[in-house]
Amino acid sequence: MMSQNIPNLKTSLAWCRFKMILLTVLWAMATGVPAATAQQTYTYININNPYISKIPFAITEFKSMNGLETERDSALIANEIMGRALDFTGYIQIMNPAAFLVNPAQTGITLRDINFRDWTGIGAEFIITGGVTARNGDVKLELRMFDAFKGKLVVGKVYSGPKLQIRKMVHKFCSEVSFFLTGKWGVFDSQIAFVSTVKNNKEVFVCDFDGSNPRQITDHKSITLSPTWSSDRKWLAYSSYARGKPDIYIKNIEENRGAIVNFKGMNISPDWMPNQFKLAAALSFSGDQEIYLLTGKGEIIKRVTKSWGIDVSPCFSPDGNKLAFVSKRAGVPQIYIKDLRTDRVSRLTFEGKYNTSPAWSPDGDRVAYVGVVDNEIDIYSIDLEGGAPIKLTSGQGDNEDPAWSADGSMIVFSSTRQGGRSRLFVMTAGGAYQRQILDLPGKQTDPDWSVGIRKK
Amino acid sequence: MKKRVMIHLVMAFLVAGLFMTVSCQKKQIAPATTVENQPATSTTGSSGTTGSGSGSGSGTSSSGGGSDAGISEAELAAAKAAAAERRFGNQDIHFKYDSAELSSMAKMVLKDKAAWMKANPTKYVSVEGHCDERGTTEYNLALGELRAKAAKNYLVNLGIASSRLSTISYGEERPLDTASNESAWKKNRRAHFVIQ
Repeated sequence: MMSQNIPNLKTSLAWCRFKMILLTVLWAMATGVPAATAQQTYTYININNPYISKIPFAITEFKSMNGLETERDSALIANEIMGRALDFTGYIQIMNPAAFLVNPAQTGITLRDINFRDWTGIGAEFIITGGVTARNGDVKLELRMFDAFKGKLVVGKVYSGPKLQIRKMVHKFCSEVSFFLTGKWGVFDSQIAFVSTVKNNKEVFVCDFDGSNPRQITDHKSITLSPTWSSDRKWLAYSSYARGKPDIYIKNIEENRGAIVNFKGMNISPDWMPNQFKLAAALSFSGDQEIYLLTGKGEIIKRVTKSWGIDVSPCFSPDGNKLAFVSKRAGVPQIYIKDLRTDRVSRLTFEGKYNTSPAWSPDGDRVAYVGVVDNEIDIYSIDLEGGAPIKLTSGQGDNEDPAWSADGSMIVFSSTRQGGRSRLFVMTAGGAYQRQILDLPGKQTDPDWSVGIRKK
Repeated sequence: MKKRVMIHLVMAFLVAGLFMTVSCQKKQIAPATTVENQPATSTTGSSGTTGSGSGSGSGTSSSGGGSDAGISEAELAAAKAAAAERRFGNQDIHFKYDSAELSSMAKMVLKDKAAWMKANPTKYVSVEGHCDERGTTEYNLALGELRAKAAKNYLVNLGIASSRLSTISYGEERPLDTASNESAWKKNRRAHFVIQ
């Protein structure tokens, strides 16, 4: 698969830029605001804002460039994948094509073919056009995103490769769209590891970001729990009763190698340290549960907690300097934070009598967790700088196991809201747009979201 | 003659105990099969009742009549031992929500278990800690371990060698009752004892 940029039309781009600079300078002169700050708006939306309203997108019919049957076929497939992927973000509203006044598949898909008033008139903020060319069994896909109000091309890309790669090509373009809008590459090339029941056992599975393409990774024929991704996506760690008691398995998912942490007692709740071949986990070989730092080979580096009773579910901050974890030291489970540099421990959650399963946001400013109040199990999010927790799920079954997408825009979790059986759901970081992503037999729990292949 | 009456009484208790065991067994999963595999039911009265599994209310009176068939003391001792072993495996101790504290009821049951372990010094026991489904997987694994350890420590304090007792937590992974209500949760918050 290959990709290249579509340049903006030189003349119009130059004119646009000139106009923008001119306007900015004039505005800056009039208001006294320095031009540099006024221009610093590469991020169209802030995905951390829980109240963002969705941006209306017109995804137009993709054009078959030579009118071939196979091109029309690919165009339909690509169009549908694009709609689903952008809708998945939770911040894009896919407009109903019935409202469109023109069809660029007929009138043309490039900048000079588009009359932006046709689109601003119906409320579209962005327009996406596509063209498909069949070439020696391969597919060439040209995709453009226009800003309807500014009347310019903002993302233009050409991809070519085998027909089977259409999904990948479209998702690459969606990453560009996401980067343009949010400054982050989005979730489109990420994967979700989770646990599913298989007969009476539990095994680790992996699926794509949207729940598609699920596949079984482990075959322990035992209870297998708590999968966690390493930052390079090459390693999964999880706990399993495969040898009769809970041990931690560290598994390279590309090659057949790894390690087992099988100290006496319980070895559970692993979490990879960001960008390091190290993990934190709860081990009870000393006779008391404590959190330890381990190498990727399963050797103990040091003990992190020193408190009698339950200490479990460590979760690293994105910079790896702190650990959130669950402890019963105050009589009921609450979330604490240990600064690994200063050894200082502070308590994070104070509301309620049962707060567990911390998940640190990729931006480092929030922790999502599970709270149990009056037998209702819900997901909350709390600001590390203080402030009341925000309840993200409410009144719909038991909601557990929150995990953030690498761009911080979404949270995947398990919920029993449909038919009482635990299944995987996603929502925006602010709790909006909650929906099921996967339809497998059995129960699905413990999701963990990988980073994307492409990083900023 | 007085001895005869005593035997009748013991039998009555035994058979009643067996009925309770049977009613418990129904809902049990893996551990129950291990118990059933053991050669146990030797008395005629008890084997009949195990099969029927009818209400425990009538059990006491029917056992009184059934035991007249003339049972040797050796047979009686064997039945008693088998019943004690069954009870050991089938009687769980229960906990309050989010607690690994032993209730006075749990302590009574544990004293009974300690007595059995003293009477059977060659037996090793695994103590399983379990939780109800409320709360989260990892925390429940941790809590289940505390429950198993609380039971083990109590038995050790009663004089059972620590080496004869192992612990394992299953968290919320192996519920006895899969329903989502108070009575199921109560049953599931338990320590279960498996003779190895």
